[in-house]
Amino acid sequence: MLGFLINRLLQAAAVMAAMTVIVFVGVHAIGNPIDVLIPPDATQQIRADVIARYGLDRPLVEQYLAFVGNLVRGDFGRSFVFNVPVAELILSRLPATAELTLLAVLGASLLGIPLGIYAGYRPRSPVSRAIMGASILGFSVPTFWIGLILILTFAVELRWLPAGGRGPTAVLLGVPWSFTSGEGLAHLLLPALNLSLFKLALLIRLARAGTREAMLSDYVRFARAQGLSELTVIRGHVLKNIAIPIVTVFGLELGSTLAFAVVTETIFSWPGVGKLIIDSIRDLDRPVMVAYLVLVTFLFVVINLVVDLVYGALDPRLRPGAAG
Amino acid sequence: MTGGPLAAFWHDFRGNRVAVAALVVVLLLLAGALSAPWLAPQDPYDQVTLSLLDARRPPGFVGSGGYVHLLGTDPSGRDMLSAILYGLRISLQIGVFAGACALVAGTTIGLVAAFVGGRLEQAIMRVVDLQLSFPAILLALILVALLGQGRGQLIAALAAAQYAYFARTAHGAAAAERRKDYIEAVLATPLPAARVVFRHLLPNILPPLIVVATVQIANAIALEATLSFLGLGLPITEPSLGMLIANGFQHLMNGRYWISIYPGVALMVLVVAINLVGDQVRDQVNPRLRR
Repeated sequence: MLGFLINRLLQAAAVMAAMTVIVFVGVHAIGNPIDVLIPPDATQQIRADVIARYGLDRPLVEQYLAFVGNLVRGDFGRSFVFNVPVAELILSRLPATAELTLLAVLGASLLGIPLGIYAGYRPRSPVSRAIMGASILGFSVPTFWIGLILILTFAVELRWLPAGGRGPTAVLLGVPWSFTSGEGLAHLLLPALNLSLFKLALLIRLARAGTREAMLSDYVRFARAQGLSELTVIRGHVLKNIAIPIVTVFGLELGSTLAFAVVTETIFSWPGVGKLIIDSIRDLDRPVMVAYLVLVTFLFVVINLVVDLVYGALDPRLRPGAAG
Repeated sequence: MTGGPLAAFWHDFRGNRVAVAALVVVLLLLAGALSAPWLAPQDPYDQVTLSLLDARRPPGFVGSGGYVHLLGTDPSGRDMLSAILYGLRISLQIGVFAGACALVAGTTIGLVAAFVGGRLEQAIMRVVDLQLSFPAILLALILVALLGQGRGQLIAALAAAQYAYFARTAHGAAAAERRKDYIEAVLATPLPAARVVFRHLLPNILPPLIVVATVQIANAIALEATLSFLGLGLPITEPSLGMLIANGFQHLMNGRYWISIYPGVALMVLVVAINLVGDQVRDQVNPRLRR
């Protein structure tokens, strides 16, 4: 077990190292940030000052080494645009994205898995067909378009919910949150719904596909032959066997929800990390882009690691050292 | 069921009415996009035919051109139906091109990995798996940011974000086929390896690749629309459906829903129809559901 853990940790570290190189080189190929930062009519002196201040005159290798050294110390540099430390900037936007993402993923799982199991258990019933039809919609219609429809329906036509922004926040444990007040929840609801629909559809499809295959399997046939009730068969045999792909996807989706939050946050003007990265791409705000990419990679590596470890807990066959 | 595997396939496909309807919709939209210059009442990008008197009119308005604007007009007096037909053209072009590039690149990589084996295979597939754990939208976003804007850059970004799905599928199928007797038999002949891979192995792993391709074309169209909506896609001179939707977004709040909603409906119908067709093909190809 320990060897397995060390092996996985080394792999994760290698991925992180490779990613910092790719991100750094990639971001430096985008274009000349000097042109963005300095007005064309600036004097030679101002140009030289800015270049020296951001270290843009040093060789790439030197800039990279300085960059990695700073990363390890948790120093991501200063944003070109906001002129504040990037770490501070991202941390200040993180709670908004965190509560949005968690609410979306939680809602999608609590609803999606039961619906999917039902659709797989009774694949030919009209209800299952309706569930699957809706899931294809949620799966294939682009997130931003669903967001527009939600705004048009609930904000413009019905005027039930606000169209965008975060609303008032209340401080809990030193961090501002929206979910603690009714007004904040109202602002949170539409973006969270928008963000959850894709995951909801995905979980429905996964749970359905797993259940359909499980229902045809010998172990379900034998469980039924033992006279177990259908509910026991589903809970004890089907659910356990479809748990692995669902846990994998759930883990990975937690990360990809962050990516989709980019779209949702832009539509609903939600002041989270996603909106920050879009703005920084548009403004060529390199330190923010780099920090975001490195953090997202880190997150993915950690999630992958955790998913691998959870596998072992869920399926004895996958435990390292298990026979066969 | 006579007439070979294709006829048998069609016989099964016909059993699902929804999938048949979806296929008809896809073909109609494709025909509409291809014949846009003849079908559209107006060339939406010929400034001469635009009149500001016709701007922001609701659907059904008869404009200065003397014909009915079935889906209304946008802020520069452009007929929305025409804009949508031309936008559909651009969206489909990007989706099909990006999907094809990803298919060729991904399949080649997957096949090479499965055939060469050893360390190289492990290294390639590790990179592919790593990329698969990264959401395509994020990759496309980063690549567009790195490569800059334009049609070629966008196609390259979409293909690079999507090739991994093909590589994984091709690798899995090829690795299974490679151990079968017929491949061992051809390998024993002095035929060049490339011929074995492309003439004998490739045809046998095509079905799963076709399934991935349908879904990925739909994904590429949706991705392109998303990027264009965020202002990171095609340049403004080539308005795809995504950009039409983005342009109409600000008017949505003022109740002029048609500028944004109708291009969105076109996008939604297109993407959903392709996915429905892909779903049915997948169910037919999946041997595990055949009992």
